[in-house]
Amino acid sequence: MQECSLTARELACRRGDRLLFRGLELALVPGDAIHIAGPNGIGKSSLMRILAGLMQPYAGSVERTGSIGLVDERPALDEHAPLGKALGFWQRIDGAADNEFARLGLADLLDVPVRYLSTGQRKRAAFARLLGQSAPIWLLDEPLNGLDRDAVALVERIVAEHYHGGGIAVIASHQAIAIEGGKTVAIEDFAK
Amino acid sequence: MIVRLLLRDLSQLLPGGRRGGSMLPLLFFLAVAMLYPFAVGPDAPLLARTGGGVIWVAALLASILPLDRLVAPDLEQGVFDQLALRGVAEEVVIAVRVLAHWLSFAPLLLLASVLAAALLNLSGETLKLVLAGLLAGTPGLAAIGVTIAALTAGLRTGAALSGLLLIPLAVPVLIFGAGALERADYGAIALCGAISLVLVAIAPFAGGAAIRAAREG
Repeated sequence: MQECSLTARELACRRGDRLLFRGLELALVPGDAIHIAGPNGIGKSSLMRILAGLMQPYAGSVERTGSIGLVDERPALDEHAPLGKALGFWQRIDGAADNEFARLGLADLLDVPVRYLSTGQRKRAAFARLLGQSAPIWLLDEPLNGLDRDAVALVERIVAEHYHGGGIAVIASHQAIAIEGGKTVAIEDFAK
Repeated sequence: MIVRLLLRDLSQLLPGGRRGGSMLPLLFFLAVAMLYPFAVGPDAPLLARTGGGVIWVAALLASILPLDRLVAPDLEQGVFDQLALRGVAEEVVIAVRVLAHWLSFAPLLLLASVLAAALLNLSGETLKLVLAGLLAGTPGLAAIGVTIAALTAGLRTGAALSGLLLIPLAVPVLIFGAGALERADYGAIALCGAISLVLVAIAPFAGGAAIRAAREG
């Protein structure tokens, strides 16, 4: 695992006229996992996109070393392609040799066009993409949405392996997720 | 990286590609060439005089047809976000897409215009001018198309708006490309090619900025 860190200072986020949160601080080093909690619309997804560098914060700064892997509600897979081909594109981009299809229960779905997959299957496909990327910093936005009980346990295990292996995991979810030794940040505390 | 992006884009945009409906622009183009003689009557000299212009208009409209599939699906699916996280600049993605879009419609369009020239009773000389003009002008049309697709990707009424936006931008290409037919003037085709090159040069930056703006919204 390459060296990684993720630091956010005095972050504030504004959507339209509303200030969603301000003064948010994060400092994550290898092996850290953090659960961003809060109700819908509080700014969890915006925070994730700011941390990923896809959105500019209204105020404050984010420093990151190490590449970012993001799983959000969009799997970034071609709807019309069979799953194997759609994932194959990202594997070639990431130079991923090994795949985790069997472990994620995707082995039987590789011939199925992505548009026929259920929400949970898409989510698992997104995790296959994430694992292939071997990025040290994981930003997971609602990673448990649409997953059944077994898949939730699997995702918790995969995430645990990641931060035990020296990675960083930031999980934004309104649901409870088991992270041993991980702390929880409630965005409400930073809401104006 | 660029080759992989191009292969993916081509697998989606080429006729028979996965995003479907890619034969439509070609069929549309041929349909215009076929219907025009019926509409204006079997006046051979008139067809020969106006046929080149009709081919140009049909080519321009055919290049608009796939616009809503060029950028919007990838934006909705978060493909641009994932590429950005891997350090691929939006400009590169858009430049590759211009090339893929051009490859997906222009070569077939050139072939089809030979067919259309027969239907419209064009002389060999006019056909040569049409083909040279299309070769010079279609990269510009592809560049405008991708830029506009990127600009309107985040909008709900994007498809209708993109047609309106494309027309004024495509007029210079059309003026010089189709204008060359009037005087059998290869100078005009060179100008058409120059405009085309400028458009191709601007497209990645305009399109890339549009993608980033859509992300913030």
